[in-house]
Amino acid sequence: MLLNQFLLLSAVLFSIGVYGVLARRNGVLLLMSIELILNAVNINLVAFAAFTDTIGGEVFALFVIAVAAAEVGVGLAMVLLLYRSSRTIDLTTVDRLRG
Amino acid sequence: MNNLLIAALSADAGLPLGITEGGSWLLRNVWLIPLLPALSFVLILTFGKRMPHGGSELGIAAVGIAFVLALLTGIAWVDHRDNSHDQEVHVAVVQFDDHGVGHGDGSEEGHGGGHPSLAVHRTAVWFQAGGMEFTVGTLVDGLAVMMLVVVTLVSLLVHVYSTEYVHGDRRYTHYFAFLSLFSASMLLLVVSENTLQLLCAWELVGVCSFVLIGHWWEEKPNSDAALKAFLTNRVGDMGLLVGVTVLFFAAGSALPGRFGSFSIAETNALASSGMLSHTALLVASCGLMAAVMSKSGQFFLHTWLPDAMAGPTPVSALIHAATMVVAGVFMIARMYGVFFEGFQIGGSSINLMAFIGGLTTIVGACLAFVQRDIKKVLAYSTISQLGYMVMALGVGAWTAAVFHLFTHAFFKACLFLGSGSVAHAVHSFDMKSDMGGLRKHMPHTYRTFMIGTIALAGLPPLAGFWSKDEILVGTGGWGLLGGTGGNGAYTLMLGMGMLTAALTAAYMTRCVYLTFFGEFRGHGEPHESGPRITVPLWILAGLAIVAGFLNLPTGFQLAPGSLQERFGHYVEPVAGYFPAITHATPSWSLAIASTLVVMGGIAASGYYYFVKVEAASKAAGTSLTELPDGPTTRYPVAAMGYKLLDNKYYLDHLYNGVIANGTKGPLARLVYRFNQQVIDRTVDVVGETAVKVGTVVYDRIDQLVVDGAVNASGRASSGMGEELRRVNSGKVQSYAAILFAAATVLAGLLIVIV
Repeated sequence: MLLNQFLLLSAVLFSIGVYGVLARRNGVLLLMSIELILNAVNINLVAFAAFTDTIGGEVFALFVIAVAAAEVGVGLAMVLLLYRSSRTIDLTTVDRLRG
Repeated sequence: MNNLLIAALSADAGLPLGITEGGSWLLRNVWLIPLLPALSFVLILTFGKRMPHGGSELGIAAVGIAFVLALLTGIAWVDHRDNSHDQEVHVAVVQFDDHGVGHGDGSEEGHGGGHPSLAVHRTAVWFQAGGMEFTVGTLVDGLAVMMLVVVTLVSLLVHVYSTEYVHGDRRYTHYFAFLSLFSASMLLLVVSENTLQLLCAWELVGVCSFVLIGHWWEEKPNSDAALKAFLTNRVGDMGLLVGVTVLFFAAGSALPGRFGSFSIAETNALASSGMLSHTALLVASCGLMAAVMSKSGQFFLHTWLPDAMAGPTPVSALIHAATMVVAGVFMIARMYGVFFEGFQIGGSSINLMAFIGGLTTIVGACLAFVQRDIKKVLAYSTISQLGYMVMALGVGAWTAAVFHLFTHAFFKACLFLGSGSVAHAVHSFDMKSDMGGLRKHMPHTYRTFMIGTIALAGLPPLAGFWSKDEILVGTGGWGLLGGTGGNGAYTLMLGMGMLTAALTAAYMTRCVYLTFFGEFRGHGEPHESGPRITVPLWILAGLAIVAGFLNLPTGFQLAPGSLQERFGHYVEPVAGYFPAITHATPSWSLAIASTLVVMGGIAASGYYYFVKVEAASKAAGTSLTELPDGPTTRYPVAAMGYKLLDNKYYLDHLYNGVIANGTKGPLARLVYRFNQQVIDRTVDVVGETAVKVGTVVYDRIDQLVVDGAVNASGRASSGMGEELRRVNSGKVQSYAAILFAAATVLAGLLIVIV
């Protein structure tokens, strides 16, 4: 089994996620990009676990999925509140903490 | 370590110290006896208030056990004294035949056969300073054992008596705590192995005396009396410090390779062997004598003792009659080698100690005549009897003095506790206005008081007779029909002793008449005290009867030889640290003469009170205390004498008016001037300098350096904030961009470095 195919896939996925986080103005799409980053990490973890024939990486991947679910829950709630208070989910307009 | 020291000393100087590190368990562990009351002091202070009897049971238990231990120690000492040559004791002494210190003809046993009675000596290191080890320890010989028994016995009886006498007192627990502390200090004093330890215990008993005299300090006379006692004792304590210091260095100069020595045994042995300079011994003796004069109430430092009667009566009995005030006498007896050489007691006819003692005994007895307060009569009587003991030591009658200390403790404690019992019944100490006729109301107190009185006056066969007679014999001044051969010819002291015997008998007759005879002059109905008061009285009265038989004179034909001189045999050291004193031969003629003198005193005083005053009372129909036209009204000389005595020889006027006032005025002016010119000026200069320094510091350091630093840091942080404000855009994605950029940079660094 070749490891680098998985790593390549994971790197591509990670880069797409980072691009999404930096470039997208929609809050929901930003959250989806974060999911891409997390899943890139998951692929890495599972790939290395299979490669070294251990189980620790898979366990960690499960943890990451669980935490990601919680994170998305909180994130969507924030987006919802943002929409309620300012009738938009464009993140470039939300800069009330500007110094 | 200590054995080596003793051995080294002996080898170098050829000087037998007469002490051993061996002996039975009890004799080596005497330190337990002072420890018990010391523990009870701490326990009473800590838990006393919560106990059902306010802590008194702790004190009684501790002193009771101490008494039993002291008695056992006494038995062990008797055994040790008789059988020390049979035991496997470690004798750390080498007796050199050419330097051997001989003893007088009186000590026919012990040293002759090479088996001296060895004092049991035990030390532990107390502290180290300047390369010297200072020890604390016990030196147990007959004198120490006798004192242990007397102190614990009288203390025990006083404890029991006090539970009734101070019942319900506002500081009941505190009172018993200090009785315990006093017992501990006094017991520590009597077993002291060195003068430094003795000094500490000496000060401790002084503090206890101060606290207990001022027990009812809310009334000003009481706290004044406590202060007076303390300050008068300080005068003498200076002498003690000087004496101890001089002896320390004097002993050091005679011991090869040693800097000094506080050891009592070594100092005494060196003094007795003539290895210390006579000047040093004389200075030390005079210093120590000053301490004795204050602590044991010798003329002219005696004025605190009558005032000390302000304390509770059991305290007066324990501290100011039976035990603490004899600390001075005990100290002379303990350091007798120093005094014997310092005052050259042997072969003389007068010396400072004998003269002061003799003077005190007369002065005190005269003052006892004019007192209205029953306790003050007994206080002056105590001064007089202490003078007797000091005089006896001054003429070289060591055993007689210590024996008198022993018997006096019993009958004087009995008399004091009796006076307390009377005062408990009539709520006053004034014999003239509140007493009289009490023999019908208080039979037990009356009988015990009479026994104490006869013992004090010195009629045979009660205790006081035997000890007083030995002192008179010991003066060596009686030349009639034998009975001479003391340490010198102290005829003057014999005369003083005789005169005092007559005076003592007379003033005690007066005291007994005023208290117990005639008609009751006070208010209410007096009644006998309870058993916790009368039982100690009867025990002491019993001892006042029999204590004298412990030391029947040698050659006393009515008793077998094995019963003669028992006290002297067991108590007087024959060891190396004791000087070679000569023992006088007892004389029938002197005993009869002194008895006649005593009876003369009783007869004269009795005739005045029991015949003439009684008759005048009947004629007047009331209970008189003196004749309306007595000698003081008829003869101007007698009136002047009375006035002199009534004002206590004007000594208090001298101390307060002349010495204290004469000193404090000029002293105050001097101190004021010193204050204005030296202290105030110093303060001013210091203040001005401080202001100048402050100005410079403000201008240069505070304004420029400190403030500058503060301002600069403020400006820097404000500028930094301006710069950072721009980064803080509030846009989440710009933060994320920074985050990723930083992560990328760090990842790159990681690759480069690793």
